[in-house]
Amino acid sequence: MSAVDLSLGDPELTMGEGVRRQFDYWMTVYKRTWRSTVISSFLSPILYVVAMGVLLGGFIEGDPDKLEGATSYLAFVVPGLIAGHAMQTAVGETTYPVMGLMKWQRVYDSMLATPLQVRHLVTAHLAFVAFRLVLTCGVYTLVLAPFGVFESWWGPILAFLAQVLVGMAFASVIYGFTTRLNSPEGFGVLFRLVVFPLFLFSGAFFPVSNLGGVGAWVARLTPLWHGVNLSRMFALDNITWWVAGVNVAVLLVLTAWGWWWSVTGLTKRLVS
Amino acid sequence: MAETSASDSMIIARGLRKSFGDFEAVKGIDVEVRAGEAFGFLGPNGAGKSSTMRMIAAVSPVSGGELRILGMDPATHGPAIRGRLGVCPQEDTLDNELNVRDNLYIYGRYFGIPKAEVNERTDELLEFVQLTEKSKAKVEDLSGGMKRRLTIARSLINRPDLLLLDEPTTGLDPQARHVLWDKLFRLKQAGVTLVITTHYMDEAEQLCDRLVVMDKGLIVAEGSPLALIREHSTREVAELRFGVGEHEALAEKVADLGERVEVLPDRLLVYSDDGEEVIAKVHERGLEPVAVLVRRSTLEDVFLSLTGRTLVD
Repeated sequence: MSAVDLSLGDPELTMGEGVRRQFDYWMTVYKRTWRSTVISSFLSPILYVVAMGVLLGGFIEGDPDKLEGATSYLAFVVPGLIAGHAMQTAVGETTYPVMGLMKWQRVYDSMLATPLQVRHLVTAHLAFVAFRLVLTCGVYTLVLAPFGVFESWWGPILAFLAQVLVGMAFASVIYGFTTRLNSPEGFGVLFRLVVFPLFLFSGAFFPVSNLGGVGAWVARLTPLWHGVNLSRMFALDNITWWVAGVNVAVLLVLTAWGWWWSVTGLTKRLVS
Repeated sequence: MAETSASDSMIIARGLRKSFGDFEAVKGIDVEVRAGEAFGFLGPNGAGKSSTMRMIAAVSPVSGGELRILGMDPATHGPAIRGRLGVCPQEDTLDNELNVRDNLYIYGRYFGIPKAEVNERTDELLEFVQLTEKSKAKVEDLSGGMKRRLTIARSLINRPDLLLLDEPTTGLDPQARHVLWDKLFRLKQAGVTLVITTHYMDEAEQLCDRLVVMDKGLIVAEGSPLALIREHSTREVAELRFGVGEHEALAEKVADLGERVEVLPDRLLVYSDDGEEVIAKVHERGLEPVAVLVRRSTLEDVFLSLTGRTLVD
């Protein structure tokens, strides 16, 4: 028996290397699931646009003073809908799938038996969510571009980035939430008491000023509003830059804090 | 830094402890595993074997004492250690969403092995665990024995220096266990160091060159299976089965026939170097057991002698 080589390897992997090693895994996951995501990612949003934007919006007067600068209700609702949809995609990707990998199939356990560490797992998973968001929001925006809902050529590009950003803020925070759940029952509460009310009342469908003084300010404190507002300001080329700065800062801070909260949550869960 | 003095020691533990809150699962154990040997942790459920394994696998932080794996400290070199370990966990952690082949391929990528190389090793390993025909099958369609074999194949994808097997055959039928033992024996022949936890004494006897018996977080004995049996038990055991509830009372009447008598709920064990002689004397005394059996001592008897309890409750 030859002596074992005890030379010390690199103590740990860089973030880039750790994430790169999971690329094949996430691509395999995507190849297997993309068909089922087509409906939730592309079909339902289009149905929303037709029902809310075109049919319901046909009854609403396109007054730019009342619609935050939009000349039609369709133009008003589209940037908000995409932001809201980004939130839902992000929540969908970081609830049951995370619970499954962490608790049901324990795939994360098997990944942690390799040189990968918790922070690599969280980052690669969130990178996959980012990929899904880029695809969903990108297609959504491209499909709607010919309908005259955007006021400039660069506006929708910035709006698209805002939508991905708000999606990532939700993805990282909800990931952290999931790592602290013992059963999927918490998801029902999350969907009914957080996601759905946010979708309805964070300014996607109507200007939050309609909620009245206190209501409007409460709405402006919700993370989704920051994404909706940012997305709409860019799409309608009606930008108040200091507000945009606040929106971006809030979403970036949430994303960063959520990442940290996810890493600590998953570490407590799996490395004991 | 690496401990050059012990260059063929794969694992060195000194006063190793693990606690979860107030509960102390491992209460200070000393272990040394040398390159090329098959080393076992034998003990009942809850003895601290799995906690020890998780510390050795560099996934569970050490609570106290010292631990070096492949000369490295898991606290600072966890990823480097894990890169050279193969881990076969107690519960299968295969990805049910991936097919059999992808489970190996994807896992190999986590170790940073280039694609072409992983593909080659995947084919080799599928062959080794006799799952080539199942390579496109879904994991959930595999039998328990096949899943275990796939898990073992997966743990070998990085050509580990040290293979950790936590209860490798628990829940398998006898035939599947023998197939698996054969695979493990081949790995051992090929020079892979094996560390096995088990609560099956036959598994420990089959596979381990050396083992420690654990109970309640401590090591109660250490040695080769044969040496442990020699030291802690007699050559043979006479098993006497009487009517229900009679064993306790009858123990006294046969106590002088062997070195030691153990009373189990369903039988008496008389430890002696000549079991047949014990049986003959039992009959001479007019006792009429319902059934008798003479067998060689096993690790089960060692455990019974050390702790007063059986391995599998």
